Amino acid sequence: MLNGSTFIRRELMIRIVRAFDSGSLESEIDQIPIKLRPKNERASRCCVYHDRAILKYRLMALLGISVEEEVDEAKPLSAYYAEKAWSAADGGPAKPKTPLSVCGPACSGCPDARVVSTQNCRGCFARPCVYNCPKKAIEVVDGHSVIDQKLCIKCGKCITACPYNAIVKTTVPCEEACPVGAIRKNELGVAEIDFEKCIFCGKCFNACPFAAVMERSQLVDVLAAMKRGEKLVAMVAPAAEKQFPGKIEQLLAACAKAGFSDVMEVALGAEMTTAHETAEFIERMEKDPKTFMTTSCCPAWVNLVWKHLPELVDHVSLTPSPMVFAREIAKAKDPSVKTVFIGPCVAKRSEARRKDVDYVLSFEELGAILAGRKIDVIACEPWPVPRPANPTARNYARSCGVTDAVLTEATAKIPGFKLDSKQINGIDKKTCMMVKLHASGKIPVNFLEVMACAGGCQNGPCSLVK
Amino acid sequence: MEKVKVEICCGTACYLLGAANMMNLEDQIPAEWRDKVEVEARTCLELCEKENLGGAPYVRINDTEIMAQATPEKLLTRIGELLGGAA
Repeated sequence: MLNGSTFIRRELMIRIVRAFDSGSLESEIDQIPIKLRPKNERASRCCVYHDRAILKYRLMALLGISVEEEVDEAKPLSAYYAEKAWSAADGGPAKPKTPLSVCGPACSGCPDARVVSTQNCRGCFARPCVYNCPKKAIEVVDGHSVIDQKLCIKCGKCITACPYNAIVKTTVPCEEACPVGAIRKNELGVAEIDFEKCIFCGKCFNACPFAAVMERSQLVDVLAAMKRGEKLVAMVAPAAEKQFPGKIEQLLAACAKAGFSDVMEVALGAEMTTAHETAEFIERMEKDPKTFMTTSCCPAWVNLVWKHLPELVDHVSLTPSPMVFAREIAKAKDPSVKTVFIGPCVAKRSEARRKDVDYVLSFEELGAILAGRKIDVIACEPWPVPRPANPTARNYARSCGVTDAVLTEATAKIPGFKLDSKQINGIDKKTCMMVKLHASGKIPVNFLEVMACAGGCQNGPCSLVK
Repeated sequence: MEKVKVEICCGTACYLLGAANMMNLEDQIPAEWRDKVEVEARTCLELCEKENLGGAPYVRINDTEIMAQATPEKLLTRIGELLGGAA
């Protein structure tokens, strides 16, 4: 959804593309924060200087640089950009190790989650809050309810009990959103990601109302590679459907017009994932009918298993994801190409790093390239695809999509085939607990589909329309 | 009475910066205004370059009036004004 955070991020991306294309990014980039927040104009934060400082960090992240790794605060953006150009000359830029970065100066250091009584309290006679509190943490003092924070367990019973909506829970949105407790405030009260724990699901990136969590972009790397004349294949994820006006084929045509040497649907890779995953599933079931298998196409889910659920590792399908198969298809067609995955996902950036996909762009970043190059998807003639991908493969971006694809494939091979499946539609703290029950074998299913984003990839952290 | 002509810029820049929310504007127009309003989705009107990018999404009303940072709500209010409360 569009809000102030997404607006500024997209605006900066478009400005970067425009400046890059006019050959003036190096000379202009340090001016962008000042242009966007001139003195005497209204600031979003305390003053335009604070705004500008944060804009600088946003631009750093768009150059792919981690704010946490900043050593020299006086180093201008143009110097970072110039360094990038150098590294590109000797074998391409290094891929960012972590796809996310927290901008400390943007973090508001939200107060710890608490349940508090507000001015709406009328100190009523019935006092349902007092009566409903299981910890006897509420007292009425001078006609107002007061919650003893030492006793309160944040169960929220008082919140529902109060007829005046006088009791509220304050939250730390990033901590609340993180399913694995990887983001916490440090001793300075500023959010920090523990990358040992982080599964790159991107929930904090979406949740922070101060837009302090940023993606480390490869946008400029892709622009530079195009300019160097490298052959880049745009591999467009199935989640692209309905993200832009027009059809998938028109979006592919728009990518080609934007400078990609070739374009393809990742759904073609998904077809291969379906075939292999079905075969793998049947084989596993033949070996041990009591076991279960879980999907491997959602990279945040795979990260979750590796980092937090070691007991499940053996159950994760060994079948490569649609992106990995799409890369194989592209490389088989022309080994000299570099591959660019275009999707709505933060975690794909970590998978791409492991699986030799050269670049990842979000739909936002692709949109910025199209906007900067004045390409309207709707005005493009559909790309002449050799054949459109199978509908079940295009459906991978929806929750249940993988299950349906595997079921369809298996039923075609083995008539009367039954899949005892369950879908975890979105990873959060609760579903993490559910998954642990699966690991202990307490829930009888043999096919467990897990998607980190509720509804599937189409609702990914970097999707344009949810 | 002349129809109110509303041209929504669906260029990629405007689309990214908010026009995506206006794609279904026609459905949001009250029934009694439907035959008095003409909504058109247009390819890039190039206002994001002539005016300023931060003003996107842009909408052009009756060929001359330009609305910056357009939202469905703002548009519906303006359409109401132009129709002179005719609804």
